[in-house]
Amino acid sequence: MKAGQTLAIIGGTGSGKSTILNLIARLIDPTSGSVNINGIDIRQMSKHDLHEKVALTQQKAVLFSGSLRSNLQFGKSDATDEEMWQALEIAQAADFIREQGGLEMAVEQNGANFSGGQKQRIAIARTLIKETEIYLFDDSFSALDFATDRKLREAINKSEKHHDKIKVIVAQRIATVMSADKILVLENGLAVGLGTHESLAKSCPQYQETMQSQLSDEDLVKMGLSITNSTDKGSPVQ
Amino acid sequence: MMRGNYLNRGGKGADRFQKGRRAENFFPTIIRLFKYMRRDLWGLIFSMVIAGLSVILSVQAPKILGTATTVIFDGVTKSLKNHQAIRIDMAKVESILLYVLVIYLISFVSGVLQQSIMTRISQRTVYTLRREFKNKMKKLPISYYDSHNNGDIMSRMINDMDNISGTLNQTLIQLITSILQFVGTIYFMLTISWQLALVAFITVPLVMITVRIVAPLSQKFFSEQQKNLGLLNDQIEENYSGHTVIKTFNHEAAAEKEFARRNDDFYKSAWKAQFVSTLIYPTMRFINNLDYLAMAVIGGLKVISGSVNLGDVQAMLQYTNQFAQPITNISNMLNTIQATVASAERIFEVLDEKEMTERITDIEKVTDSKKKRTDDRHINSVSNFETAERTDFIHFEQVAFSYNENQTLMTDVNFSVEVGQMVAIVGPTGAGKTTMINLLERFYDVSSGKILLEGKDIRETKREQLRSRMAMVLQETWLFSGTIMDNLRYGRLESTDDEVIQAAKMAHADEFITTLPQGYQTVLNETATNISQGQRQLLTIARAFVANPEILILDEATSSVDTRTERLIQSAMNRLLKGRTSFVVAHRLSTIRDANQILVMDKGNIVETGNHESLLKQEGLYASLYNSQFAK
Repeated sequence: MKAGQTLAIIGGTGSGKSTILNLIARLIDPTSGSVNINGIDIRQMSKHDLHEKVALTQQKAVLFSGSLRSNLQFGKSDATDEEMWQALEIAQAADFIREQGGLEMAVEQNGANFSGGQKQRIAIARTLIKETEIYLFDDSFSALDFATDRKLREAINKSEKHHDKIKVIVAQRIATVMSADKILVLENGLAVGLGTHESLAKSCPQYQETMQSQLSDEDLVKMGLSITNSTDKGSPVQ
Repeated sequence: MMRGNYLNRGGKGADRFQKGRRAENFFPTIIRLFKYMRRDLWGLIFSMVIAGLSVILSVQAPKILGTATTVIFDGVTKSLKNHQAIRIDMAKVESILLYVLVIYLISFVSGVLQQSIMTRISQRTVYTLRREFKNKMKKLPISYYDSHNNGDIMSRMINDMDNISGTLNQTLIQLITSILQFVGTIYFMLTISWQLALVAFITVPLVMITVRIVAPLSQKFFSEQQKNLGLLNDQIEENYSGHTVIKTFNHEAAAEKEFARRNDDFYKSAWKAQFVSTLIYPTMRFINNLDYLAMAVIGGLKVISGSVNLGDVQAMLQYTNQFAQPITNISNMLNTIQATVASAERIFEVLDEKEMTERITDIEKVTDSKKKRTDDRHINSVSNFETAERTDFIHFEQVAFSYNENQTLMTDVNFSVEVGQMVAIVGPTGAGKTTMINLLERFYDVSSGKILLEGKDIRETKREQLRSRMAMVLQETWLFSGTIMDNLRYGRLESTDDEVIQAAKMAHADEFITTLPQGYQTVLNETATNISQGQRQLLTIARAFVANPEILILDEATSSVDTRTERLIQSAMNRLLKGRTSFVVAHRLSTIRDANQILVMDKGNIVETGNHESLLKQEGLYASLYNSQFAK
């Protein structure tokens, strides 16, 4: 991966998507082989230094009791109000935060006073406010509707702070991964495809299958990607 | 002192404590609690009487024993005076000792009897309370559960019930016996010698003062300890659940510092609380010992001067020893009783909650909305109304709803559904999709307007009846611990094994179930983690097949599983939908395309309706939602 690029990882449950992110963040170590950042094996860095370089948003957002400000300060302890609003804005969280009481609003234990989607967006803002090289999103967009999902990804790419950084997005929806520079398709822990949306749609059968299951034939045609061997949708694979 | 094991109090300990466990309506609550014991009234009175009897008898014991000493002493002194061999009236001593033995025996038997009666009464009382509580839970509206956390309800059902049974079991009788013991001791001391009794009474103000000073102090430290423990637990819990965040954001040092601070706070308050609360006993013992000494000296002098018998002094010494105890006990028990009444109040608070109305009565229907409704009928011609009734299976009419009064959500929702139609509900998060389902299932009732099922207001039908016609398949799959067979049969309890298997086949679940070693008898654990997420979904679909409802409510999963299972799920869903009227909170475009009617919701209301093609032409919210997934 080069700086400024976005890598998307797609695959079913248990295919190993989260494992890849956990390897990058060194929450686990590889059994063999190595993960390198700027040519250096991350096991040669201190965990502290590594965690200065990567920011991870988990699938299940965890917020801490305190205030919204204290939660965002997790990402950057000396963040200004302006930076905080900027991050919230990109994470599509600014609107509801503004409505509900701003940066000083209380966050209950486990973020119980927010809905699942709201928690997710606050957690994304916490990741975005961090000054780092690599931003990891572990299925963080699945709780968002298509439109919000798209706005968020667009905002990240437009953001001055983030556009030249590496973004790794794990997702299950085709719509979320389509625009990535590279898409990695996983199945049962193995990489079965790597490329752009267009190339994978032509050559990777697993990717095609995922597309067919999520989109109807007409949608596929609309995307200019008619797949001739598409089976009747609705009939189970025997 | 605090009742119960403080280590048991979880993360919410701090909250619970801050709320205060003081009773607000002390006497009314006590009276109400006693009403639960009405049918055990005679048992209660009986055990109080025998408890009293045994105390009165045993309080006498020192005095009687004293007379035995006096008999021996008199015998010895008389013999010494007359320079004879020592002769004691052993027959008298024997009869006295026998008498005391009988007293102790009676007090033992009555103690056992009393305790067993009280245990029965207290258990029966909380049994009734629990049953009422459970019945009440069934009648509480969903909104109650939305606004109260489970931990709190469970704590009322378990901890508060425990408090009550413990107090009824132990404290109630102890309070009576302590008072009797106190009064009895004073009485017998006075009958022996009022001068010596006065010496004993000096302890009363001293003990009172000690209790007055120490008890509030220890209570203060205890509540501080409890609060700090709650905070500490909260932090530990949070750090464990968020440990990945703490690690990857390099927050370990900060978290450790925070823990050290809270741990220190807890340590400081805990040792103070423990120290002060244990301080009371040595202090009491000290006061008591001083008094004992005074009694021995003064009593001894009196024996020498001949104004008091030796046996009486011995009895006085024994009374002095047991005198301070009832005072300490009573003051401790008052705290326990306070806490118990507070517990009872918390339980009664739930029992007094407003229940949901099962059916609207005719009187309720004739409210302010009546006028509007009759007006409506005049506007719509009568024939029009009848045809609407004939074809519309489900009809929402000017439905308005809000979860709380100061925040309106739904203001005016109108739409009709024909038999067999599939309705897709789409919209951004928070648009009111789930609310629509809540209203249909009558988890909540509309604030105004009405929902008609076959022309009849659903509030006129019993909830059970209404829900028997519907089945829900939610994206959050709920399965209980039990066999797969039991879980599927949950859809309709009287279905046969064959029917269940048939349903599982329809839902493509049979295939994976039969590959499991125990097949349909496989026991699912509580969170059903022993089967995959997709398989869990297939099971909930099969459960809906078993229920075989007229109306189906589906909440499509947002996160997909592996492609193969995904297809199985979709195909099972399509089979399930066939021939039924259905509402689908849809995320998949293929589902939305197939819908007869699409309701596009935003901020609580329906903003667009139509089918896929017509909605795209409108180029409104639907079109933008739809197109956002193709844009790169």
